[in-house]
Amino acid sequence: MRYLPLTEADRQSMLEAVRATSVEDLFRDVPKAAQLAGPIGGLPNHMGELEVERLLGTMAAKNLTAGSVPSFLGAGAYRHHVPATVDHLVQRGEFLTAYTPYQPEVSQGTLQVLFEFQTQVALLTGMDVANASMYDGATSCAEAVMMANRVTRRKKAILSGGLHPHYRDVTTTDARFIGFEAVALPAAPTGGEDLLALVDDKTSCVVVQNPDVFGHVRDYTDLAAACQAKGALLIVVVTEALSLGLLTPPGDMGADIVAAEGQSFGNALNFGGPYVGLFAVKDKYVRQMPGRLCGETVDADGRRGFVLTLSTREQHIRREKATSNICTNSGLCALAFSIHVSLLGEAGITQLAQLNHAKAVQMADKLAAVPGVEVLNDGFFNEFTVKLPKPAAAVVEDLAKRRILGGVPVSRLYPGEMEDLLLVAVTETNTDADMDAFAAALTEILGSGVLA
Amino acid sequence: MSKKFTKDHEWVQVDGDVATVGVTDFAQSQLGDVVFVELPEAGRVLEQGKEAAVVESVKAASDVYAPVSGTVVEANQALVDDPSMVNSAAETDGWFFKIQLKDASELDGLMDESAYKAFVEESH
Amino acid sequence: MSMNNQGRPSAIPAGAASFDGVTGTVTGNRGLQIEEPLIFEQDSAGRTGVDLPDVPKVASRLGAVKPRAKVGLPGLAEPQVVRHYTRLSQKNYAIDSGFYPLGSCTMKHNPRLNEKMARLPGFSDVHPMQPVSTVQGALELMDQLAHWLKTLTGMAAVTLAPAAGAHGEMCGIMAIRAAHEAKGDTGRTKILVPESAHGTNPATAAACGYSVDAIPATADGRVDLEALKAKLGPDVAGLMLTNPNTCGLFERDIIAIAEAVHAAGGYFYCDGANFNAIVGRVRPADLGIDVMHINLHKTFSTPHGGGGPGSGPVVFAESLAPYIPVPYVTHGKDGFALVENAGDGLAFGRMKAFHGQMGMFVRALSYMLSHGADGLWQASGDAVLNANYVMARLEDVMTASFEGPCMHECLFDDRFLKGTGVTTLDMAKALIDEGFHPMTMYFPLVVHGALLIEPTETESKASLDQFVDALRALAERAKSGDVAYFQAAPRLTPRRRLDETAAARKPVLRWTPPVVAEALAAE
Repeated sequence: MRYLPLTEADRQSMLEAVRATSVEDLFRDVPKAAQLAGPIGGLPNHMGELEVERLLGTMAAKNLTAGSVPSFLGAGAYRHHVPATVDHLVQRGEFLTAYTPYQPEVSQGTLQVLFEFQTQVALLTGMDVANASMYDGATSCAEAVMMANRVTRRKKAILSGGLHPHYRDVTTTDARFIGFEAVALPAAPTGGEDLLALVDDKTSCVVVQNPDVFGHVRDYTDLAAACQAKGALLIVVVTEALSLGLLTPPGDMGADIVAAEGQSFGNALNFGGPYVGLFAVKDKYVRQMPGRLCGETVDADGRRGFVLTLSTREQHIRREKATSNICTNSGLCALAFSIHVSLLGEAGITQLAQLNHAKAVQMADKLAAVPGVEVLNDGFFNEFTVKLPKPAAAVVEDLAKRRILGGVPVSRLYPGEMEDLLLVAVTETNTDADMDAFAAALTEILGSGVLA
Repeated sequence: MSKKFTKDHEWVQVDGDVATVGVTDFAQSQLGDVVFVELPEAGRVLEQGKEAAVVESVKAASDVYAPVSGTVVEANQALVDDPSMVNSAAETDGWFFKIQLKDASELDGLMDESAYKAFVEESH
Repeated sequence: MSMNNQGRPSAIPAGAASFDGVTGTVTGNRGLQIEEPLIFEQDSAGRTGVDLPDVPKVASRLGAVKPRAKVGLPGLAEPQVVRHYTRLSQKNYAIDSGFYPLGSCTMKHNPRLNEKMARLPGFSDVHPMQPVSTVQGALELMDQLAHWLKTLTGMAAVTLAPAAGAHGEMCGIMAIRAAHEAKGDTGRTKILVPESAHGTNPATAAACGYSVDAIPATADGRVDLEALKAKLGPDVAGLMLTNPNTCGLFERDIIAIAEAVHAAGGYFYCDGANFNAIVGRVRPADLGIDVMHINLHKTFSTPHGGGGPGSGPVVFAESLAPYIPVPYVTHGKDGFALVENAGDGLAFGRMKAFHGQMGMFVRALSYMLSHGADGLWQASGDAVLNANYVMARLEDVMTASFEGPCMHECLFDDRFLKGTGVTTLDMAKALIDEGFHPMTMYFPLVVHGALLIEPTETESKASLDQFVDALRALAERAKSGDVAYFQAAPRLTPRRRLDETAAARKPVLRWTPPVVAEALAAE
């Protein structure tokens, strides 16, 4: 067995050293009735690499990979090109197989990465400080709400109808069990919400998303000021982090907390995970922030170095008084994010964001030209909503048969609702030919009358 | 009036009906380098034995309990700005907050200096 | 005040500066140890590490939002970025480079086959919202993983959604609450947690609105059954127990514990962080456990990645199965189906944006298939043998906290250092100079100055012997009174002891452009 270095001779001499008759003897504290007599039944025995590759390769081959066809899916996960450098560097064993940097003298690599990551996230979001990452955007969002509850000592969150419904559900699940109120507004495919009217003296925060789940981009400067005037915080959620390369960042709009999904940088689609949650706040809220933080300090020789800091907020010290029960961050995904952002740099990130936007504008125009199709957005970044004359889910199925992944039907996110709406995302990976193929196939499907 | 002490290592110094509260020198020596304190705001009503403040070292966070009941009249802002004063001057400039006494008889249940000293020696 | 008197030293000891760690080289580099500035300090405006196509000329449609002026990121070319991260990586200790006996963390070998499998485009380049008909292989993989987890634990149901162990704990406790609520049993306000528990357990229970009641341990490091029984009643929602426990011991009374919890109407949550000790040999269902999370990054070898991403599937007994959160995979008439919305069912909610840590599922299944039933049997056996061997070879020079046999890890406390002036922390730092990652220090809290050693099954006897020899020599050296040696350790690392006190008093959590930094300093 290739992962086990002990030889039978080793085992025998070690058993003698521990004065045991057999390995089973070492399990003598386990109740007899619960001890299996030998390897568990119902599962295969060990396999070589070749067999495992064959088995898993067969499963993988049953999936339609997004990169093999024109693909326009977004809704919180975006297919961007990840430079080869990223995947090479994250597989260096010193990053891949290290633990959380609790021994800073032998973890300066991970720690400096986290310090740089925190800085990159703060710069992108326009906020003062960021933590070392969270599980994903949705859990970041829920943690942001709980943090707002702590800061304001209030217990009611207002969730915009533009918030991704999965983020909404993660937050309302926490609300139910952790014990706060989350008022989720109905879906707002064309906006028009009066969030401020719902803010009262019990409201801890208002949660908006930018661009929202339907792709609309908005300026929340006035809302931020108005919320703060009523003693509530404004939380801005971002599911497409690349938008921060082009749009006025939430920090400049006055957001108190930014909760975002960072998958767009450095991380593959991976069928939904692992991703990397971003979490950034104003300076004054640092000690109420969940998650890990890396800080700068000096060593015994006076040289600059980095350590995990402010860890008294965390569960391993505060136990039942911790700011959150979260124990890990999303280290390797944060590293991938950081390497990709470093490669892009100021010039690259701006150009990549502009490229995404320009292609989305082109796609929107092509789809708007399809008879019966209406684009709902005035402003958007790289994703927008179209209204179809037929149910979007069926259209998407039909497109898939033609080997086009043509967006996310809104009804998949809101069962039974808005069945004629389709979310379309466009990135730098989409070619002109992809876009033309999508528009042509859609024209054909909508014109065919096959779908009722 | 001389200082009184609790078994939870807080000290109280009463002047009229206002008591100044801090943690003992022994407590600071056990905590190690203090990096952060969180103090109750003026006006907060505290109950004897209940959480009043938080003191943090790098590796530990501890609650400070109110040694007597009453209303906070002042928190030590200087301590917030420089938490190391807990280490350097625990029983003087490193006081935590001042509290308007609700029931002066609560003081009777506290230890005097020699009793506290004996308590520390016995239990640690 | 409450006092945790195990607050370990955080400032630099006076003796530390006596060693001249500065090399006298012009660059500050020391051979293969190369100093590396922050990425922000290597900026040259306009430089980039990517080549992108020109942006098509179209009228922008950003609505009311203005384009931002700048982000403030540095510009570097690809070779500079490669060198930056390569140099940083070389400042890390890792399983790939050496023995990493971090108790309760399970730093076992991370097979590269797992990495290769997770990167198959059929798994990595699949969008979570693709039509279900186009992702049958991905759903099959999740279904297979679920099958392995249910078989290995003997449990009825599993959710793969939680992103990490602590997230799995939340999931389990939420399910317990949902089950009590569904029965109209709302009087249960307490969760019992042993004193020795990992800090996440009480943090999780408290986060879910329960008050936490600590159960004392017996002198042999296990739950005090009588004390537990005395605390059980109609106000107890459940028990959270780690087994094997955080002292590395199997809870001998576990079946009686489960029966007592069930008799009181509570559920038995097991923290499965230490499942690696018994996987393939003991099925948690046979111990009376109702719900347990499994850390794929511990038991099933997915990489720790310097702190995540983890993955924390949770297995459930029949009684709790109806409450598992969405999404989950089912067997439909046209192949695998995905239930994504709670609808009118009993699912208690949603934990995560999409379907869970798919990349980790692939790695874990790759590991399970590689080991198979026979390999897992051998792996848990070797893990336990290795830990007992380390314990046996050290117990005459160090102080073991409890009598063995231990399971996958062995616990020592600092009684052997009494009067030497050397602390657990000092021992750990001296081990670093010897080329080892230290064991877990100061956890669990139930013994003083804990040193928790978990060798795992992927270490050779030679590697254990070298570690034991080093530790024995250090223990002797401590007893000989050479405090200065320990306080100056580590001497040979890229950085020596770091001032954690200064870091916490005046937190510097990001790089600031020099102009801004100067302005701030002048304030």
